[in-house]
Amino acid sequence: MNSIVCLKQVPDTEAQIRVKPDGSDVVLDGVKFIINPYDEFGIEEALRLKEKFGSGKVSLVCLGPARCVEAIRTGLAMGADDAFHLDDPAFEGGDALATAQALAEQIKKMQYDIIFCGKQAIDDDQGQVGVALAEFLNIPHACLVTKVEVAPDKKSCTVNRQIVGGEEVVELPLPCVITTQKGLNEPRYASLPGIMKAKKKPLASVKAADLGLSACGAAAARTKGVNFSLPPARTAAKLIQGESPEEKAAKLAKVLREEAKVI
Amino acid sequence: MGKGIWVFAEQADGRLRKVTFEILSAARKIADAKSEQLCAVCLGKDIASLADKFAPYGADKVYMVSHDLLEQYTTDAYAKALCDLISKEQPSVVLFGATVLGRDLSSKVAARVGAGLASDCVDLKLDASGTLCVRRPMYAGKVYAEVVFPNAPIIAASIRPNVLVPSAPDASRTAEVVTITPEISAADIRIKIKDVVKTAAGKVDLTEAERIVSGGRGMKAAENFKMLEELADVIGATVGASRAAVDAGWRPQSDQVGQTGKVVSPNLYIACGISGSIQHYAGMGTSKVIVAINKDSEAPIFSKCDYGVVDDLFKVVPTFTAELKKMMAE
Repeated sequence: MNSIVCLKQVPDTEAQIRVKPDGSDVVLDGVKFIINPYDEFGIEEALRLKEKFGSGKVSLVCLGPARCVEAIRTGLAMGADDAFHLDDPAFEGGDALATAQALAEQIKKMQYDIIFCGKQAIDDDQGQVGVALAEFLNIPHACLVTKVEVAPDKKSCTVNRQIVGGEEVVELPLPCVITTQKGLNEPRYASLPGIMKAKKKPLASVKAADLGLSACGAAAARTKGVNFSLPPARTAAKLIQGESPEEKAAKLAKVLREEAKVI
Repeated sequence: MGKGIWVFAEQADGRLRKVTFEILSAARKIADAKSEQLCAVCLGKDIASLADKFAPYGADKVYMVSHDLLEQYTTDAYAKALCDLISKEQPSVVLFGATVLGRDLSSKVAARVGAGLASDCVDLKLDASGTLCVRRPMYAGKVYAEVVFPNAPIIAASIRPNVLVPSAPDASRTAEVVTITPEISAADIRIKIKDVVKTAAGKVDLTEAERIVSGGRGMKAAENFKMLEELADVIGATVGASRAAVDAGWRPQSDQVGQTGKVVSPNLYIACGISGSIQHYAGMGTSKVIVAINKDSEAPIFSKCDYGVVDDLFKVVPTFTAELKKMMAE
């Protein structure tokens, strides 16, 4: 059972993100980086499938700068077998479309039964790459997946995916792309032996020239962030005063009706 | 520009999602400024009765795309029908609601037609040079970016529901209605829907709720959420939860509001016993009015809300509910 997991390195959720004074970009100096949490669900699910089927490989594919090696090694330490790091200045400035195109060209060279992507990366929050990747590979996809069951013949899988007001159980043929949602699994921690083994696992560096793309990075991007700003602060909260919690409660109800006009 | 601004009109069970009207209203202003035609595009099976719903919000033209295979949403069927129409008519811009369906369909369509796509936007307008520009949150709402679309043969965007304000409907407006029968066959659809499991039948989904009452770690136990359910019943709200309440096993994952839960944008969000971390705020920061009830005066939520009560929620909420019940009965 061969799985590919697309992995992105992103700022930690606690990181304070600053913007440049001219608003032309965000400032990530000094920020702590992690594996995109949704991609971790993918790594875990792929490892579970490998364990269930008793054979196969989990390969990581990551597009990003040199610092991503740390995230890739963590994925290998969790138990993935090998990794492909798309690392080239030519990839800079790419948007979701450009990223999916590059990932697709790499993945077309690989053998796989299933591909896991996170539902979105927690830095740009676009949530497009998994679906675009499936389109470029001409395979079906299911998004927001909370459960995966692969048929013993590995020709299809049955998944639960979130929809408005509930969940849908769908069957789709393999190979396919699954985008992960929280609740799919609890990712394992990398063990110390795992971390040691990870240092020796194959981590190939892939350049733009290896992929035969006519355009990549900013040249292939069709969207561009131009004006980055911090969100406007909400006007200071009005704290409801009162002699007792009951009095405050009554005042709150009144204020929501008469002042905020939301009740 | 010059070839049409389209708004994908999402419907389910013959009911249109409100976000459609929010987007039409905003797009109408752009269509006026750029002398473009504004079109609503509606896909489904028995949808003829919806055809006259779009003109009052500014649509000049309505495409009613009808087929048996569009009865239930599948990416394959909807993408084929919509992309075939896009290839034929060549609009400049295609807009979607950033709903579960909208985000799935817009990503598929953009990849297929080579559009530049910005997801989950909170504003769309023309910049100083008359180019279409959208605004969207990033880093879980810690940063906002304006996005433009260089080299994009088609521009696409999905718009967060409940942020843009729909215009008052103008019943005197008319639109040309075009009925399309798309070419789709069962062989085009690679996915088989085996079952649909609806949670909390009859309750409005968090992502569509106008009012939400949410509980966090301060609720202390699962059974205490009954108090919030009573409050929610009185004001017609849906009950949500912070990650702490979900991780404690008090509420299901599907109730979670936040960075790793649902993004909601109600008119009223009442946070009870929720500390108000950045990650929680990422899921409800665009709510119109945020109320916080928490006995910890240092809780971060008090710098992120509009109204706050620093007190014991177990004493505040019952009285609050009773007062609202009296008010609603007046």
